[in-house]
Amino acid sequence: MNFDKEFDASGLSCPLPILKTKKALADMASGQVLKLVATDCGAVKDMQAFADQTGNTLLSTEEANGSYTFYMKKK
Amino acid sequence: MSSKKMAIIATKGTLDMAYPPFILASTAAALGYEVQVFFTFYGLQLLRKDLSTVMISPLANPAMPMPVPMPVMVQMLPGMESMATMMMKQKLKKHGVASLQELRDLCLEAEVKFIACQMTVDLFEFDKSEFIDNIEYGGAAMFLGFAGDTDICLFV
Repeated sequence: MNFDKEFDASGLSCPLPILKTKKALADMASGQVLKLVATDCGAVKDMQAFADQTGNTLLSTEEANGSYTFYMKKK
Repeated sequence: MSSKKMAIIATKGTLDMAYPPFILASTAAALGYEVQVFFTFYGLQLLRKDLSTVMISPLANPAMPMPVPMPVMVQMLPGMESMATMMMKQKLKKHGVASLQELRDLCLEAEVKFIACQMTVDLFEFDKSEFIDNIEYGGAAMFLGFAGDTDICLFV
């Protein structure tokens, strides 16, 4: 999937993946896509909840070898 | 759409009890909430410039997981509190949990409003220069003015 910005939150625990996502999105333009990688399994539900509550769109979540990759489209 | 609001009353000054208010406040701010945290009694310790005095004690805390079972008589020995704090900080770091300092900075960056209880400041004879700069001082009525209009209000 194409993306405009990437952030690696591997090794970080709740709530840092969410806070880093929020910060990463801050200087992006509407419609741009952020790729975020995390190893915190709690982030799977948290990222969906973040998207639901902020209006950003979680395009996809992929899991491979304990690592989660999220694609978030900015509102 | 006006943003949702959350108010937290932080009354504890130990390392373990410092996390919930900072985690919830920073996360709520990231979700677009307007957040205020009112620090009163021991919670005021969390507004000090120097957070290194915020500790955890295994004493009277049977729920704290210990590497080896430790009788209360041992837990009360001098230095045990520092040791427990050091071990807890190492554990937090190993698991990628943010430090209190980092979470507090993230709260401030996200414009979470911190209010220090003026009565407690006077009661414990704290010097305001010990506290971080970007906080307000106020009382119960000031806090309730905001809290009465919130979607979530928590006492920690």
